[in-house]
Amino acid sequence: MTLKECYAALGGDYDEVMGRLRSERLVQKFVLKFLNDGSYQLLLDSLAAGDREEAFRAAHTIKGVCANLAFNDLLASSEQLTEALRDGKPAQPGEEALLARVKADYDCAYQAISAFQEGVGG
Amino acid sequence: MADKQTILIVDDSEMNRAILADMLGNEFAILEAENGSEGVAMLQRHGTEISLVLLDIVMPVMDGFGVLNLMNKYHWIEDIPVIMISAERGSSHIERAFELGITDFISRPFDALIVHRRVVNTILLYAKQKRLTAMVADQIIEKERQSSLMIDILSHIVEFRNGESGMHVRHVHTLTETLLKALVQKTDKYHLSQEDIAIISTASALHDIGKIAIPEEILNKPGRFTDEEFAIMKTHSMVGAEMLEALPFYQNEPLVKAAYQICRWHHERWDGRGYPDGLKEDEIPISAQMVALADVYDALTSERVYKPAFSHDQAVNMILNGECGTFNPLLMDCLRDCADEILVELNTDNVEGRNRREMQNVARELHKHEELNASERTLELLEHERMKYSFFASLTKEIQFEYTVTPPSLLLSTWGAEKLGLPETMMEPYQDSQARARISDSDLENLADMLHSTTPGNPVVTYDCKLPVEGEERWHRIIARASWSSEEPPRYIGCIGKALDIHSSRLQLENLEQEASHDALTGLINRAYARKRICERLADRPAGRYALAILDLDYFKSANDTYGHMFGDQVLKFLAERMRRSIRGGDIAARVGGDEFLIFLEYKDDLESTIEGIYNRVNGGVYEDFKISVSMGVASTEIVDGEYETLFRCADEALYVVKNSGKGHYSYYHKEHAHVGGDISAVSPIDGADEAGEAEDKEEKA
Repeated sequence: MTLKECYAALGGDYDEVMGRLRSERLVQKFVLKFLNDGSYQLLLDSLAAGDREEAFRAAHTIKGVCANLAFNDLLASSEQLTEALRDGKPAQPGEEALLARVKADYDCAYQAISAFQEGVGG
Repeated sequence: MADKQTILIVDDSEMNRAILADMLGNEFAILEAENGSEGVAMLQRHGTEISLVLLDIVMPVMDGFGVLNLMNKYHWIEDIPVIMISAERGSSHIERAFELGITDFISRPFDALIVHRRVVNTILLYAKQKRLTAMVADQIIEKERQSSLMIDILSHIVEFRNGESGMHVRHVHTLTETLLKALVQKTDKYHLSQEDIAIISTASALHDIGKIAIPEEILNKPGRFTDEEFAIMKTHSMVGAEMLEALPFYQNEPLVKAAYQICRWHHERWDGRGYPDGLKEDEIPISAQMVALADVYDALTSERVYKPAFSHDQAVNMILNGECGTFNPLLMDCLRDCADEILVELNTDNVEGRNRREMQNVARELHKHEELNASERTLELLEHERMKYSFFASLTKEIQFEYTVTPPSLLLSTWGAEKLGLPETMMEPYQDSQARARISDSDLENLADMLHSTTPGNPVVTYDCKLPVEGEERWHRIIARASWSSEEPPRYIGCIGKALDIHSSRLQLENLEQEASHDALTGLINRAYARKRICERLADRPAGRYALAILDLDYFKSANDTYGHMFGDQVLKFLAERMRRSIRGGDIAARVGGDEFLIFLEYKDDLESTIEGIYNRVNGGVYEDFKISVSMGVASTEIVDGEYETLFRCADEALYVVKNSGKGHYSYYHKEHAHVGGDISAVSPIDGADEAGEAEDKEEKA
């Protein structure tokens, strides 16, 4: 699997990220790092613990990383979740669905990157 | 790069930090902090070693705004620029960040180039402002130093006459200044600015200049004054004031006004029992009140002929107890407040050092209030100019470019970038294979050489070369202006310019040149142009060895007569083509006129075989029915001097000899030909002579 195919699989924009960061080496390095980023786990944990402020920051970090890497699907869903959590707002109906979207998109990205990682022997 | 500048990246996402660190790590030293309070700790530890902060907003423990608040509280924000990078898009966030003093805001996702460029720009801008501040401070200090030096000298003259230590004036200065500073902390009743304090302190040095008019025997009398003597002594305050009043100039100078008040009223007393005018309380200008207090203190702590020196504590107590006259109660409070400070200041009295400290503050204030405004306005103007430039650049159909040496970058106008098939912004264009493919290495080198050899006074160069526009190599004229820095010696910092398409006019010119320089029938160059090129060649390398041959087609007239002029033309073209194929790359072949041709060549050793080769390839055979027979005369710089005219004349003379000795062969010009003209007796014919008739030849020549 090439990096470009990996981007296609996780709903990202390969051309956009290459246009900004200009180095396939860099992009690959950070895409692989995504697997070890703890923000997603932090998001789940803090939501489970009811710490909505921490959850907001975790969602915000995911959103920022996705923006940098042009992971557009996960960017869109994490952005919505970030706004739902902003300023310590209480849970609104539909938040579950937003979280489910983030989970689905995250899993999709995680799988695509894992597959890519196997390909590059990382 | 031993001393890389340091950038602090404050971001909670390791990945975000890594991306930034990776982009900037080559040029800068990177510090990382994973939340606001870690960032603040770094700032605390490293201070202004940090040249720039890249700051995220949303972070645990302390967010970006928390960092900015602290940076404002500790005034770090004035010295360390902050660029905020965030995915937050709300304009209220951005506005708030700018209000807290950030220099720039970059939103995520960011473009590597933009981040790099803004970081570099910001660091350069701040470095420049720091330099300017330091320069302003230096200049003010120098100016102040000069003027206080003069005042010090003047007041010491008075003092030495007075038999005093020479430190009195200094002490009064220091005391006055320290007390005034304490006073403005306490009250703004007297409306004293920092500048006023500086002026009063400086003027205090002149408080006793009137003593210059007091007879020396009274001034230095060891014992008590008589009433009469004391009356004379008391005149010194008024005399000093009158001296200042009599100055023909500087009457409106604040320093002179302050000195007048101090001279005249520094012996007045708060209770109205002083001299000369018996003013009381705040009728006495605050400047004179302060100097009076300082004067008394210093008199107490100094040894005099009639008394020992009191200690600092004794003196302060004596004054506060009212043993030495009555003073403004506010001033007493000041004395009480800064008694310790006075002791320290007097013991480490170092006017220079204090001045410098102060002047730096002045410069800093200036920088804060005016310099910054000025640079903001400058930036605004700059921004406006940029906008104008890019607007007009987008309208014109020209390739415009801007190159900067540090960081190496090339900017192209939108139209130009499109035509050349390059991005509008390129970093490290020299390393960019795409960019390098647009101009040949030699053209690039020539252009760079020309630009580097310009001067600030004459920075414009013009260079013609081919550039590929939409895949087609077209001639362009590059007009570029080198940018030189304003320092001494000036440094080459880049260039701006444009490339104009001159392809069609260049081709036209080439056609005209072709027409003017070439023979229309044979396509060889004509005699005039051959002469020009040969002369250039001879001038270029005068040490070279050259030969010039003139060729003549034998019996050409009969070809014309027998077969017609059309046929004659064909024969000439045929011969020209043979010549073209017979010569080497650097040789010159030209049609002199009629059936006469010329070959010019440079040789190394073996001229004989070269000439023989050429002759054998040109001579012989037939064109249709016409026999091609060529006569040729050769002159070389071996025999004659290296002037074109000489070579031509001598080759012609040799040809003449050949023509007169049977044609169909060639001959070299020899020394003995000289000046003999047609005298064939002197000829040394070489090759086998053609047996063709001489009469015919004569006829043809005619």
